[in-house]
Amino acid sequence: MSVLVNRDTRVICQGFTGSQGTLHCEQAIAYGTQLVGGVTPGKGGATHLERPVFDTVRAAVDATGATASVIYVPAAFCKDSILEAMNAGIDLIVCITEGIPTLDMLAVKARLDETGARLIGPNCPGVITPGECKIGIMPADIHLPGRVGVVSRSGTLTYEAVKQTTDKGYGQSTCVGIGGDPIPGSHFIDVLALFESDPATEAIVMVGEIGGTAEEEAADYIKAHVTKPVVAYIAGVTAPAGKRMGHAGAIIAGGKGTAAEKFAALDAAGARTVKSLAEIGDALGEVTGWG
Amino acid sequence: MNLHEYQAKELFAQHGLPVSHGIAVDTAAQAVAATRELGGDRWVCKAQVHAGGRGKAGGVRRADSVAAVRAFADEWAGQRLVTMQTDADGQPVSKIYVEACVDIAQELYLGMVIDRATQRVVVMASAEGGVEIETVAEETPEKILRATIDPALGAQPYQGREMAFALGLSSGQAREFADVFVKLSRFFHALDCSLVEINPLVVTQAGHIHCLDAKVNLDNNALYRHPDLAALKDPSQEDEREAQAAEFGLNYVALDGNIGCMVNGAGLAMGTMDLAKLYGGNPANFLDVGGGATKEAVSQAFRIILSDANVKAVLINIFGGIVSCATIADGIVGAVAEVGVEVPVVVRFEGNNAEVGRLKLAASGLDIVAANSLADAAQKAVQAAGADA
Repeated sequence: MSVLVNRDTRVICQGFTGSQGTLHCEQAIAYGTQLVGGVTPGKGGATHLERPVFDTVRAAVDATGATASVIYVPAAFCKDSILEAMNAGIDLIVCITEGIPTLDMLAVKARLDETGARLIGPNCPGVITPGECKIGIMPADIHLPGRVGVVSRSGTLTYEAVKQTTDKGYGQSTCVGIGGDPIPGSHFIDVLALFESDPATEAIVMVGEIGGTAEEEAADYIKAHVTKPVVAYIAGVTAPAGKRMGHAGAIIAGGKGTAAEKFAALDAAGARTVKSLAEIGDALGEVTGWG
Repeated sequence: MNLHEYQAKELFAQHGLPVSHGIAVDTAAQAVAATRELGGDRWVCKAQVHAGGRGKAGGVRRADSVAAVRAFADEWAGQRLVTMQTDADGQPVSKIYVEACVDIAQELYLGMVIDRATQRVVVMASAEGGVEIETVAEETPEKILRATIDPALGAQPYQGREMAFALGLSSGQAREFADVFVKLSRFFHALDCSLVEINPLVVTQAGHIHCLDAKVNLDNNALYRHPDLAALKDPSQEDEREAQAAEFGLNYVALDGNIGCMVNGAGLAMGTMDLAKLYGGNPANFLDVGGGATKEAVSQAFRIILSDANVKAVLINIFGGIVSCATIADGIVGAVAEVGVEVPVVVRFEGNNAEVGRLKLAASGLDIVAANSLADAAQKAVQAAGADA
């Protein structure tokens, strides 16, 4: 078991024939992902990476039975692409692209809430169930099939957490990058709920950062609903207020969204917090007794 | 991206929002000419900087004579204004804005932001205008009225009326307030704003609603569809190194420590700074070289980090996902040879091509400290930066 994706998930790619789409789909196929085709408007009927290309998501879904789509189109076209995927009945949309206008995401999110489709990202590394299905840009070789669920707002911090769980031999059930934007498609609590009900996930690593209140909401959720051990790390203790730290969502605004507040909320919720990024694996060993 | 008040007010006027007539000038002579063009016998002079708290810092003043306007312009043209929101050096005064004077009966607050928690555009209003809204929110949250904008329908006049009557405005003023409310929401959406604040929004002595100030922050991610707004950018208000870094696709934020940091990924960059701090050091900067870092970008990153005289050691932490550690290694070797790095450089490579990267650094013969783990890298950098870290 795992969450969101597994060896049977049929995936298409929007922006399939572009440079990013091509590069990462090649790697996904090599990993064993059931990448069954792609969409590039105007190139329908062509073959790319030995897979069919379609003009529309609807045509791709009709022909391939895909239930998931990964989006590599430029930021200016993402709103359209996400809405197209949603409208074609795709259940899981993973948007890797960074730099989507916030008001575009606001409109998309309102529509998502109505339809019940799930969006991971944007501005994220994607989703991987090790050994089964890789949707996104994460390096494959640091992952190991296993029992830790990883959820994170940051790409390279996810890799850091993943590597530590691999080095310890625990492995990962599924890793979900929810992205660094202020309006993400899915929040920590959405993914925590999935991990809590997944039998293959025995412990959870949650990696947050400054900005917004998603970590505080996650803390409330953990306290009320999560029975599995949670190790949490928050980046940005040294970040100055009012400055955007790379990610569009990583900003302490009006004195709110500090790492200290988030650490405190997670501590109070019974999560095991680590102040050092290097100690995620060790802390996991302690709280689980895996050693 | 932030706009100056005079730019925001010009855009306000284009969208039918009630603002005073004003003229932005560079010199005292132009300021005097502006008074003639504006007419009247009283004006308000406002120093244009990207920071709040201008009034308390002396950067906003009522002038009851042409001589007073001239004196204000003489005092501030080409100077730097230090407010509670700037650092000790302040911000350069970019323009002097001379405005017709308005007689105020009541000061209100009206603001519009993207609320991350509800994922909606939220409007806030308060009868406590002219003061820091954060203070009001902290001390008397019940004094802040809120309305949520439906993403499909947009702002509706009834929402504005509800607010207006709750603020205690008369029925005539409520109609004007509702009009401002709807127009401001259209403005917010049309320009892809991330924040708009009118503080204060005033009721004039003649009983009309009037925008006395205008603060507008634009969504950088949406600037591609607003080239006219992108052209309003004022580079003088930005940190020179941050602007320089942005040109190369690098994210840089200056801090006051002595360990220069170069990292790929925003989250990991913050995590690396935090780790340096945890081991007793102080980061000199945040720097994300990004996912697609080239040799040139790395070289430029080095220059920017080293242009900070406080830097006593450089900590490079790369977790290769898309970016190859070999590419970064080439960049480091190139930059060290080219720029002439005189401080210790500690490097930790992990992930994509990490081993090749390490070998390249070792073969370069340069004095680079290789770290074998994240914690090791942070400790070595703190040590290298010395006792004053």
